[in-house]
Amino acid sequence: MKRNAIFYLMFTCIFVGLTVGLAHFAAASPDIEIQNTNVKNENKSLAAFSKVMDVVTHKRCVNCHPAGDRPRQGEDSHIHYFNVQRGADGNGLAGYTCETCHHKENNDVAGVPGAPHWALAPREMAWEGKTRVEIATQIMDPVRNGGKSAEEIKKHMTEDELVLWAWAPGVDDEGVARELPPLSKEEWIIAVKEWIDNGAEIPAK
Amino acid sequence: MKISFKINGAQRTVDVDGDTPLLWVIRDGLDLKGTKFGCGKAACGACTIHVNGGAVRSCAYPVKLAEGKEVTTIEGLGEGDALHPVQQAWKEEVVPQCGYCQPGFMMATAAMLDKIPNPTDEDIDNNIINVCRCATYYRMRKAIHRAAAIQSQTNIQ
Repeated sequence: MKRNAIFYLMFTCIFVGLTVGLAHFAAASPDIEIQNTNVKNENKSLAAFSKVMDVVTHKRCVNCHPAGDRPRQGEDSHIHYFNVQRGADGNGLAGYTCETCHHKENNDVAGVPGAPHWALAPREMAWEGKTRVEIATQIMDPVRNGGKSAEEIKKHMTEDELVLWAWAPGVDDEGVARELPPLSKEEWIIAVKEWIDNGAEIPAK
Repeated sequence: MKISFKINGAQRTVDVDGDTPLLWVIRDGLDLKGTKFGCGKAACGACTIHVNGGAVRSCAYPVKLAEGKEVTTIEGLGEGDALHPVQQAWKEEVVPQCGYCQPGFMMATAAMLDKIPNPTDEDIDNNIINVCRCATYYRMRKAIHRAAAIQSQTNIQ
């Protein structure tokens, strides 16, 4: 009887121990799974960040996101000819606006580029001279991005006609095609979505 | 393609390729020769006209964009026989030399004065960036200030 009681006690301890251990393992598994997913998504976002910044730092974008009040133009990003200035609303000066020359579509006869709401990006959205990390931080900062949420930024970057003009920039006044950004438009849209949907990760440096 | 717009107060319809520069429709189609061709790339300003009141380089403005808009050329700047203050000032200050670029300058000046009625020299430098190969800039600056004064008096009366 005594041996039976000892055997019963040992069996109970082993059973309880196994049950607790299995339960703990089962409970721990989802955590491990989530952790792995986060790592995967972060890496995906960081990989997309690099692609997005390859485009954002291209002259087709930076020329109209200048530091200061003078737009840049051309493949060498020179200061815009004709004393063009930002003006009060980013649309040029009172008597000499962007619309004096630029309209809602490219003019390949005159070599004057155009797209809907052609204008300079606001001063707080300047990219010229900034690092990729600084630009990305700025893009995702509602104080400096026009109060946009991540979803609104994604929509702007992938659907706005002026943004997408970069992939159909027309020809210059010599009839030479303007250089395109380093990604295709389709690759750009995928990269922006991957970057933002996976957390809009920005590297530490 | 048929495009309708108002030019110098008159409604007109033209049937041309929509990408034709408005400059050539004005000059060759509507026989208004005051607007001049200079560079063809929106740089020199000789072809400046007004579209809905704003200065526009007509050499780089496809006519299709003019649909439903109000276009003004140098011929329509004044009202009837009355000269516009800018034209009056240009006459008083004897601005033109060869005269070729002057319609564009006057249209640009009128557009500026509409927004900046009393411009400083800096306003003039920043807003009037047309090119004059006779270099009549000094007389134009005087004429622009004079035009502002005439316009101011006209508005008071």
